[in-house]
Amino acid sequence: MGQTLTEKILAAHAGREEVHPGELLNVKVDLALANDVTAPLAIEAFRSMGAERVFHPGKVVLVPDHFTPARDIAAARNCALLREFAREQGLEFYYEVGRVGIEHVLLPEQGLVLPGDLVVGADSHTCTYGALGAFSTGVGSTDLAMAMALGEVWLRVPESMLFEYVGELPRWIGGKDLILHTIGRIGVDGARYRAMEFTGPVVDALSMDSRFTMANMAVEAGAKNGIFRADEKTRAWLEGRARRSFQFLESDPDARYAEKITVDVSKLEPQVALPHLPSNVRPVSEVGTVEVDQVVIGSCTNGRLEDMEIAASVLRGRKVHPRVRAMVFPGSQAVLLEMVRRGWMEVFLEAGAAVSTPTCGPCLGGHMGVLAEGERAVATTNRNFVGRMGHPGSEVYLSGPAVAAASAVAGRIVHPEEVAG
Amino acid sequence: MSEGMVLEGNAWRYGRDIDTDVIIPARYLTATTPEELGPHCLEDLDPEFANKVQPGDIIVAEENFGSGSSREHAPLAIKGCGVSCVIASSFARIFYRNSINVGLPILECPQAVKDVETGHRLRVDLEAGTVENLTTGNKFQAQPFPDFMREIISRGGLVEYVRERLRESKAGGA
Ligand code: SF4
Repeated sequence: MGQTLTEKILAAHAGREEVHPGELLNVKVDLALANDVTAPLAIEAFRSMGAERVFHPGKVVLVPDHFTPARDIAAARNCALLREFAREQGLEFYYEVGRVGIEHVLLPEQGLVLPGDLVVGADSHTCTYGALGAFSTGVGSTDLAMAMALGEVWLRVPESMLFEYVGELPRWIGGKDLILHTIGRIGVDGARYRAMEFTGPVVDALSMDSRFTMANMAVEAGAKNGIFRADEKTRAWLEGRARRSFQFLESDPDARYAEKITVDVSKLEPQVALPHLPSNVRPVSEVGTVEVDQVVIGSCTNGRLEDMEIAASVLRGRKVHPRVRAMVFPGSQAVLLEMVRRGWMEVFLEAGAAVSTPTCGPCLGGHMGVLAEGERAVATTNRNFVGRMGHPGSEVYLSGPAVAAASAVAGRIVHPEEVAG
Repeated sequence: MSEGMVLEGNAWRYGRDIDTDVIIPARYLTATTPEELGPHCLEDLDPEFANKVQPGDIIVAEENFGSGSSREHAPLAIKGCGVSCVIASSFARIFYRNSINVGLPILECPQAVKDVETGHRLRVDLEAGTVENLTTGNKFQAQPFPDFMREIISRGGLVEYVRERLRESKAGGA
């Protein structure tokens, strides 16, 4: 019986020839990640375990990105805890404000995650790295402490679901629209405990940035991981970044899938997820008249170069609607620097948008753009749960960067062609 | 989580897809202890909950409880407000693991969820995996834990499990 890509990676890290869905494995991890929210608990558990040294100082990465630059004294204390631990353990990869990025943009950019890797992170969007052909999944802080101490975690082999995207990709449609549409179709627990494998001619033609966006939101369908086959685009993207050698794997033609779903993208419109679930998805033309107070462009979902380029192309020579606060959050220092070099920074500032240093900030209602009661935002982030961006009486609509930028200009949620032709 | 425990408390019944952002909103995530987190548990969904919940009470919810973020603060907040157990039709993956790891008893039992309303008196036998609704008189059998979860539970949680492994490897390496 053939194996899926996910099964092959799990088998390789469990020292096995093959594995089967439902089996329990003790797997070796190539990288263990935590942030300023989850690392304090993980460090505490690490100490309670009686652990003294991390299993490998080059394979444990701490990224203070959620409440940084420290929003208050408690956040500063947590960051200090990470910093001290990183120093004490001699961690090779620890990133300070000014060099930091949002973890799931930063790690791939730094060449720390490679095809065939097995990565766990104490953050649910760790599934983002599936875009590179890695198995990566979110765990809690105590699980992460085990990974830091032993370099291993327990995992159950998930069943895989195959998603095949076919047809002609219309203008204005990107990875965000494909994944929102998919989640809308299967629901927020449509892939619960499963692997989502993305294939087909449309994803083969998709940019790496759009693939990251899609893998990022696999958890929004309840999945354990999202994964793409690494290809020549992956190889080109890794050029000059990869810090180790890596391996390209792919699913066997006779691999077993719990379900196969084909999505024809030819007639797809830009997609919007209405409050308060990422599965509450409609084509933009069916959203109705929705005025917005705030527009957020960025995050680990859409904070990469392609996203900034799209947003800049829509905002070039236009103005943010007088009633709207538009905020741009690049995913990393490198993305921000490119924005400056390519002149997009000027586009955003002239349009009347605010541009931030990389941080999770408003995505989780942390700081730098929290919503008041009754306020409404359209955001390129990944979650629109009650209270996600601030007051429980506020609302978040999710979209890709084109819709978000166009909505900033129009002051209401619109199709990008309404603003940018 | 200690096995063989019988829990009794009043039910607080909620719907499906209760996510970790409403279990404990991100604005409180700079706190790390159950004591600090407990008073904010579910406050965006049900502002009365944390004030009114009594020690031993039981949260009952429909499908996909604990979806969203991997924050272990969610099961800690539930423990911190005195809840003894969560019964749901199904749990989101990371929340399920986290609860076992931090010692919050959870049971998957869709039949019981259908039978329960807020205020019902429930008795839960963790070892037998049964849920008894003392108000309606009905009794239900929950899904058993997978074997590996049992092993972790029987060793006293993940922290103890790793502690033993580290001790063994030190002894072996000496
Ligand atoms: S940007 Fe948002 S979703 Fe991504 S890691 Fe930060 S808080 Fe989580």
